[in-house]
Amino acid sequence: MRKFLLEGLLKRPLTEDAPTAEGNLATEIDRTAHRRLGRSLAIRMVDAGSCNGCELEIHALGNPYYDLDRLGLHFVASPRHADILMVTGPVTHNMKTALRRSYDAMPAPKWVVSVGDCALDGGCFRGSYAIAGGVDAVIPVDLHIPGCAPSPVDIMKGLLTILDSATASRAAGS
Amino acid sequence: MIDISQYLDITAEAPDRPAAQVHRLSRGEWRDAVERAAADGLTLLGLWGARASVTLALLDEEQARIGLLSFSPRNGRFPSVGRHFPSAQRLERSIADLFGLIPQDAPDDRPWLDHGRWGLSHPLGKAGQGKAQDYSFLPVEGHGLHQVPVGPVHAGIIEPGHFRFTGQGETVVRLEERLGYVHKGIEGLMQGAEIPRGAELAARVSGDSTVAYGWAYAQAVESALGVVPSARAQWLRAIMAELERLANHLGDIGAICNDAAFALMLARCSVLRENVLRAADAVFGHRFMRDIIRPGGVSVDLSGDGIARLRDLLADLEQAFPRMIELYDNTPSLLDRTVGTGHLSNALVRQFGAGGYIGRASGRGFDVRKVFPYGPYGQMDMTVPLRGDGDVNARIWIRIREVEQSLALLARLLETLPDGVPLIELPKPSGACQGLGLVEGFRGDILVFVALDRHGRIRRCHLRDPSWFQWPLLEAAIEGNIIADFPLCNKSFNCSYSGHDL
Repeated sequence: MRKFLLEGLLKRPLTEDAPTAEGNLATEIDRTAHRRLGRSLAIRMVDAGSCNGCELEIHALGNPYYDLDRLGLHFVASPRHADILMVTGPVTHNMKTALRRSYDAMPAPKWVVSVGDCALDGGCFRGSYAIAGGVDAVIPVDLHIPGCAPSPVDIMKGLLTILDSATASRAAGS
Repeated sequence: MIDISQYLDITAEAPDRPAAQVHRLSRGEWRDAVERAAADGLTLLGLWGARASVTLALLDEEQARIGLLSFSPRNGRFPSVGRHFPSAQRLERSIADLFGLIPQDAPDDRPWLDHGRWGLSHPLGKAGQGKAQDYSFLPVEGHGLHQVPVGPVHAGIIEPGHFRFTGQGETVVRLEERLGYVHKGIEGLMQGAEIPRGAELAARVSGDSTVAYGWAYAQAVESALGVVPSARAQWLRAIMAELERLANHLGDIGAICNDAAFALMLARCSVLRENVLRAADAVFGHRFMRDIIRPGGVSVDLSGDGIARLRDLLADLEQAFPRMIELYDNTPSLLDRTVGTGHLSNALVRQFGAGGYIGRASGRGFDVRKVFPYGPYGQMDMTVPLRGDGDVNARIWIRIREVEQSLALLARLLETLPDGVPLIELPKPSGACQGLGLVEGFRGDILVFVALDRHGRIRRCHLRDPSWFQWPLLEAAIEGNIIADFPLCNKSFNCSYSGHDL
């Protein structure tokens, strides 16, 4: 283990600065998040019926390449601690109540981000007897991140957008 | 008593899966066959319903033979399989929920997938008016017991399911699972679908096993239509399947250690996992390689550059992974959490036919790649890693050995990749037909049964996740452990919710 710790001191981190050509995305998130909420934007994630593909990519946001935490965006265990509710999957009838309750438990102001093609309108599961529809069939959605599954970079981009709109809504309100 | 071996006519000899012959039994024959199969120690490989029939897949592990048996009850009731095979109980409850076919004398007649929220009952059978219903958990009696309900929404980034713990102090005396929250009605959407639409759905049964499901579905369709894809297509499928296994095992090894509060392992392993996904994206165009396997072959061919990219990945992993093993094996505080935790007996994995790292960590060495070789696996030299200690530590070590094995297999597959067309066109069926697919995913054996009508549309498609036979065993493995060790045990199983709930 000492070798690993020593390496950590001597080697550059794997964390990537700019995952896209559209500008320094990581810095952009950092700046916006900072302005809006200091270094704290808490995300609660609920799987409302996904195949688990989107969860894997959301998990990947925590790996050293993306390291979402360094930007002040972090996943929390309780909806009561959350600013953003991130929802994946078509909403199954069996998960409708749990999703609604998670949303209701969050303090305002709050935002909802739906992740993945099936979270939009049920995607390839649309029309099934077991599906209530997309996420907005149950709770209001502020932003949708498409993809099957969206890559970690796509999800980071989406979070940037929601941070911008959070900032704008505060400016309009004040 | 009848001789059950007469029904077991699917063998390992065929180059790929032969067309699946289903033996139609009378009520008496069905009852006898189930009893006999249990007495002979056969393994239940699957049990599924249709509008008016139930089908049972049995496996004789020693002889490497599989048989498909079906029974069409006239009164909507069939003799329970769960009475003799505990692994069939949840499958039977699902058949009752979805098709309205009732298992007679079943040990457990509570609903399973139906939470009373669909607005209708028996959606795939004679649909009726649905009604909200209370679910009663099994009673627990004793001194000083308390209950801890957990879920369906869990604390982390994880799929939903409900766990009802009964504890005495910190010790778990019973865990009861309640699943079905992510039931999407996939088998309902399959009915009447065209073959490509079926492939789209199959690839979305369980996101972490999208390659394995794609392959199992393709195998079932190809066996029904009597076509064999090119050797190149089979090799490419195996390359993707082994990449998928690598990515999942690497992620799991890190995540299990993280649940024992050893975050360094998670950070390091998640880098290796990400490297695999990025290579998959670069070579096949999708990080999970979703929708690339199609009935008839694969939609993306591998270029010379792609082969070089994958060889680079293998070289990096071969250099980095031994250091992870060393780190795991030389951290006593970590081993203190994993050794002896969540023990699962050999008798239970045999009784339930649990596959994958769960079966192999408890001494059941079934691996489809070895027992019923498909694609290139018949020509690959591989030994199935096996342990007898059956705890969290054993399940980590099986994964470690399988990572090493997948690295070796990938090197060999890239070396021996044959020429050929990656995708052939499927013929029209000459009549109604059916086929069976059986593939070793990273989690264990995935079974897919497909019945096509004469126009080539799906009449019935059943996809059985390995988790069906692993989830019930988690209830046994956690007994006597402390509640705080549940995440550790659960992650070492890493069962699929979506694959199970369908």
